[in-house]
Amino acid sequence: MATKLRARAKRRISPTSERPLVQWLLIAISLAFMGIILVLPLYAVFHEAFSKGIGAYLAALTERDAQAAIRLTLLVAAIAVPLNVVFGLAASWAIAKFEFKGKAFLITLIDLPFSVSPVISGLVYVLLFGAGSFLGPWLKSYGIEVLFALPGIVLATIFVTFPFVARELIPLMQDQGTGDEEAALSLGANGWQTFFRVTLPNIKWGLLYGVLLCNARAMGEFGAVAVVSGKIRGQTTTMPLQVEMLYNEYNATAAFALASLLALLALVTLVLKSVLEWRFGEEIAAGSH
Amino acid sequence: MEVRVQNVRKEFDRFPALHDVSLDIRSGELIALLGPSGSGKTTLLRLIAGLEMPTAGRIFFGDTDASEKTVQERNIGFVFQHYALFRHMTILENISFGLKVRPRATRPPAGEIRRRALELLDLVQLAGLEKRYPNQLSGGQRQRVALARALAIEPAVLLLDEPFGALDAQVRRELRKWLREIHDRTGHTTVFVTHDQEEALELSDRLCVMSQGRIEQVGTPDDVYDHPTSPFVFGFIGESSELPVTVQNNEVWLGGRPLGLPAGDSQPGKARLFFRPHDVELVQADAALTGAVNTARRVGGTRRVELTISGANQPVEVDLPFDHPATENAALTFRPRRWKLFPAA
Repeated sequence: MATKLRARAKRRISPTSERPLVQWLLIAISLAFMGIILVLPLYAVFHEAFSKGIGAYLAALTERDAQAAIRLTLLVAAIAVPLNVVFGLAASWAIAKFEFKGKAFLITLIDLPFSVSPVISGLVYVLLFGAGSFLGPWLKSYGIEVLFALPGIVLATIFVTFPFVARELIPLMQDQGTGDEEAALSLGANGWQTFFRVTLPNIKWGLLYGVLLCNARAMGEFGAVAVVSGKIRGQTTTMPLQVEMLYNEYNATAAFALASLLALLALVTLVLKSVLEWRFGEEIAAGSH
Repeated sequence: MEVRVQNVRKEFDRFPALHDVSLDIRSGELIALLGPSGSGKTTLLRLIAGLEMPTAGRIFFGDTDASEKTVQERNIGFVFQHYALFRHMTILENISFGLKVRPRATRPPAGEIRRRALELLDLVQLAGLEKRYPNQLSGGQRQRVALARALAIEPAVLLLDEPFGALDAQVRRELRKWLREIHDRTGHTTVFVTHDQEEALELSDRLCVMSQGRIEQVGTPDDVYDHPTSPFVFGFIGESSELPVTVQNNEVWLGGRPLGLPAGDSQPGKARLFFRPHDVELVQADAALTGAVNTARRVGGTRRVELTISGANQPVEVDLPFDHPATENAALTFRPRRWKLFPAA
């Protein structure tokens, strides 16, 4: 009798859950997959970077060109990310709070960089500002170099990273509606007061989340930047480009030392992203990703 | 402050939401805008607030034309259905927001702002909760905070958009009584939107019944309830039963029989007879309505009976004392005590 009851109890699992064996198998497969695809390469990066000892690692990072690459990467991110914050705020504000013609088109346009290969994004700027274009020589006559210089790298980076902030904020702001803003206005607040005291605090965690992703991509972008930078060593090479150049020169230790910084950035981003999702899940509309 | 709405029309993308509406709101009164969804009541409220701008027409606050003024300049207090409290601010910060955002010249000193906010918190019976955040309060408490926040700026008019719509029935009744008390104490001219006729009848000094972007009737609750001027108002306010009848020889006829109801000054021809289910009397007479009981349900202190009336093909409801032995198919003869005739459309 007792065994019979237990046998019946065993079968009483919810219809949507799998049998233990299947569960175990699914977990094992995903863990193995993650191990091979994600953890192993990460380990390899750090292993290779430190293969000749900590001295060689530090020497590779303090080398002149490496320092220039790090500075350039930080500078590009420092320009591109704030600009994309402004753009992202403006676009999501417009989309979430107003009705206007061409709204659907604007939403599609914001997603464009996700669907275009970064190399193409870079090539677009070569066409726009190259020697054969209209804009390039004109700007050059005023002494402004776009291609193979900082402006080109920044433009390409902005293009590739502009969806991150906007995509994060649009669903969040649509969800929040305009009630709070109307309340603030009815209480006598002007537009700026409403924005800084009501709208911005409401979206701050979502904004931070978007900035984080935007920054990670801005610092790590390779394809688009590779096309417009011209890879002038010590001048227009960002960290990812520098890593590739060093690697092509069989300088694996230096390449991986620099790569380890990028990997570290990715890890920090991942941790912060998880903390944000865990702590402020409802306020960042992470479900949209 | 008295508010005059003059020939206001509002279109959204050429779709009319309000057709040529005029309404005089008296200073210090509590008036309800009542109507089903899509009747334009919320649009009218938002036009008065300045949250929408009219397509045509004018709105006066006292003698000044407020039509061109922004929502900030109109100095109104607006309470939203879903509270719209600022979630990152404490209750005290929420209430003092309207004073804190004033330009320096008209902003009271910080101590004064705090004192006033605490005073309002006391008025809405939430003293001691000033350090809480909105998500730590119940729905009813949040709406009280929203009201305190709106009152803090000493508004010329207080506007409430379905203020109790998101609350459960018990809290709703409590807050209704409480809003009336606050109004009587502070004396603000108050306009509130509701689709709940019971709420409107109980709470307001006057009510403005709206349907399909038009005002159907404006009057005191008794006036609107006892003397509805249109079939819509009769059907919308309170319970009602309707029968298609004919008027002939100054009498009301149904199925070739007189009902014993004088038609007054109604025009001869087809008409619609309206009466309240609870306002009927059972009679022993030939000239009366007779019907067979379809169903009988006990509703609180009365027995609600659905009847098939001979001569009409639609059932009507009447209320009988709960101890009346109305069984199925039993025949009942009755007359409405009060009724109203409208010409058939």
